[in-house]
Amino acid sequence: MQRVYLDHAATTPVSPDALEAMTEQLRRGGNPSSLHSAGRSARSVVEEARERVAAALSADPAEVIFTSGGTEADNLAIKGLYWGRNAGGSSRPRVVVSGIEHHAVADCAEWLARRQGARIERLPVDTDGRTDPADLERLLAGGADDVALVSVMWANNEVGAVQPIARLAEVAAAAGVPFHTDAVQSFGALPLDFHGSGATTMAVSGHKIGAPMGVGALVATRTAPLEALVHGGGQERDVRSGTVDAPAIAGFGAAAREAAEGLAAESERIAGLRDRLVEGMARAVPEAVLRGPAELGREHRLPGNAHFTFPGCEGDSLLFLLDMAGVESSTGSACNAGVPRPSEVLLAMGVGEAEARGAQRFTLGHASTAEDVERLLEVIPAAYAQARSAGMADHAPSGRWA
Amino acid sequence: MRVLAAMSGGVDSAVAAARAVDAGHDVVGVHLALSRMPGTLRTGSRGCCTIEDSSDARRVCDALGIPFYVWDFSERFKEDVVDNFVEEYANGRTPNPCMRCNEKIKFAALLEKAVALGFDAVCTGHYAKVTEDAAGNRELHRAADWAKDQSYVLGVLTHEQLRHSLFPLAETPTKAEVRAEAAERGFSIAKKPDSHDICFIPDGDTRGWLEERIELEEGEIRDTEGEVLGTHRGARAFTVGQRKGLSIGRPAADGKPRFVLEIRPKSNEVVVGPRELLAVDEIRGIRETWAGEPVEQARGFYAAEEAAGTADAEPSEPFDVMAQVRAHADPVPATARLVRGEVDGEPARELVVRLRESLSGVAPGQTLVIYQGTRVLGQATIHRAYSLDRPDISV
Repeated sequence: MQRVYLDHAATTPVSPDALEAMTEQLRRGGNPSSLHSAGRSARSVVEEARERVAAALSADPAEVIFTSGGTEADNLAIKGLYWGRNAGGSSRPRVVVSGIEHHAVADCAEWLARRQGARIERLPVDTDGRTDPADLERLLAGGADDVALVSVMWANNEVGAVQPIARLAEVAAAAGVPFHTDAVQSFGALPLDFHGSGATTMAVSGHKIGAPMGVGALVATRTAPLEALVHGGGQERDVRSGTVDAPAIAGFGAAAREAAEGLAAESERIAGLRDRLVEGMARAVPEAVLRGPAELGREHRLPGNAHFTFPGCEGDSLLFLLDMAGVESSTGSACNAGVPRPSEVLLAMGVGEAEARGAQRFTLGHASTAEDVERLLEVIPAAYAQARSAGMADHAPSGRWA
Repeated sequence: MRVLAAMSGGVDSAVAAARAVDAGHDVVGVHLALSRMPGTLRTGSRGCCTIEDSSDARRVCDALGIPFYVWDFSERFKEDVVDNFVEEYANGRTPNPCMRCNEKIKFAALLEKAVALGFDAVCTGHYAKVTEDAAGNRELHRAADWAKDQSYVLGVLTHEQLRHSLFPLAETPTKAEVRAEAAERGFSIAKKPDSHDICFIPDGDTRGWLEERIELEEGEIRDTEGEVLGTHRGARAFTVGQRKGLSIGRPAADGKPRFVLEIRPKSNEVVVGPRELLAVDEIRGIRETWAGEPVEQARGFYAAEEAAGTADAEPSEPFDVMAQVRAHADPVPATARLVRGEVDGEPARELVVRLRESLSGVAPGQTLVIYQGTRVLGQATIHRAYSLDRPDISV
């Protein structure tokens, strides 16, 4: 059966360049911290990759801290900044986060509240899933001396809403508060300018742009008050110890260069496919409701993101039927054991719980084609009709079985 | 046939799914997420799923090369099984949550979703057998291995449900053989211990769990003559047949231990007496269902009800059955009839079973399953049971 992959936001295939760079370094070997020739050679590969990642993000190489991925980068930012800001007798318990953060940020903040005495303040979002810098201004207006950090993602992973990062970072900076942004979904999809954004720290991940899984980076200004989470040999500016993963980083560097070079053309192509998907869905399933910004331009919405709620059905029923028909999609949120729950992002946007249960996200990437979109539009009407007949999980079964 | 294999992560459902694959069916594995309460998890993540069980089921599906999904039935499970369990106890009854889960979740909510999504049957690792006669009528029978037989907990299934049920472990001589087969197939769960008791009470302390959820009020303990013997901490915390925890100051006149004979939730009274009075020889059940075609005598009764009006129908002709009141109890010979009677002051249809040997340990809320030979005829929920010598004392 022809398989159609429409879940690029979950992960995207490794690019040939990245695979080549990675396997080459695996064959070559060497510990980048060793002082001899093999070590120097490995270090050279890592530093070249650092330069490429920095260039792709308009940051300095010295600002790139390699991690095991986006989640570790977010953990380092949220906990590292919280502890850094509360070091030396300071008391800054307030942590400001948006209501639509990924678990990698939201769960860090909740853990800090549960175990470290933090107080979480959430920025609301509008029905499109966007934060308003005026809300941040209001939160910080009464005095921000006790605020440890502010964190708002660059663009939301479920509904693709792009956030006004530069203005939010400006408000935080004016109040003297470090600003973190989770840019995992935006890297490779939108032009990212770390210096221009005014952010203190920014998290990115390799496997969303064609690098292997298990590598990512936290971009942090030289003065970011970061406390280390992982202690040891002092690698990566002494905030992220552990033998540097030269092969994965080599792959990350290659993928970052490709992403930067091809970004404008590729994101335009992908946005074109996505627009066809959204238009086609309106005809194929008129009941489907597009969630997230209705304006599809890339200043508003991630180019590869299309997200709908399908009334009267469970997202997991629809996912199952699409999977059986060869189309791979996502309900948009999943926990470890694979049980979909109503998305907290949708709930924060004011979507009702029943509607939120019918969510389905389709995300396009560099491997996507027009045929992929056509195939989805071909199979979705029947899948929706059948998923609807299976009903909602919270409804009592019919009398047929009693 | 398109088959949905319900996979708990245990060895029985794994081997059942494997046999369904071997039989040439198009099989998809589904693990049901039933709990959100962190206390019920062996290992937890956001309190919504039993990670280890789900992962075990997933690995079996990997080995079988079949798709695997996790479906969330936690809301329905809470409402139909957990809340019902608490409510039944609060009303002085002793429910069986596994039967309730079969009736409301596995062979109702899950089956309904499966059929709607294009499946023909739900396959489980229950030890029981479904047969079909020339006319296409299904019957439910005990499994080959009587020691493992689970036909009792499937007694609630109706003909429509049996038409969509597949029990590939029906003919397995012993559980040991299922484990051997799992090992042979390379399943990592071949040696996983059997699950026990009630899945949503992980430490097995049912009374403690209930006492946290049921409001208790002090009340009187009486003997069968109505004399007050002492006070208790709440009638709802007791079960018929219980001996411990009565704390009656005075010993019985004959010095013998006393047992809970009856719980009266409305007056918050507990009636106690000697063990002999726990023995019953007539059981009255309500809300009867038939696992396939009802017996001839029952069909006659339903026809009479329709013809004469429900209030005036004469009792049915008696029919011989074997009656079983608990999952692992021995069945006893009995005669059954359908009658028009009264339950809580309302006219109702009752299944009245007169036992040829008396039984102890019968409590309201339990399920009475009736058999003929290996065949499960059907079931009813017990609302009253008593000794014909003392019909005034009713468990």
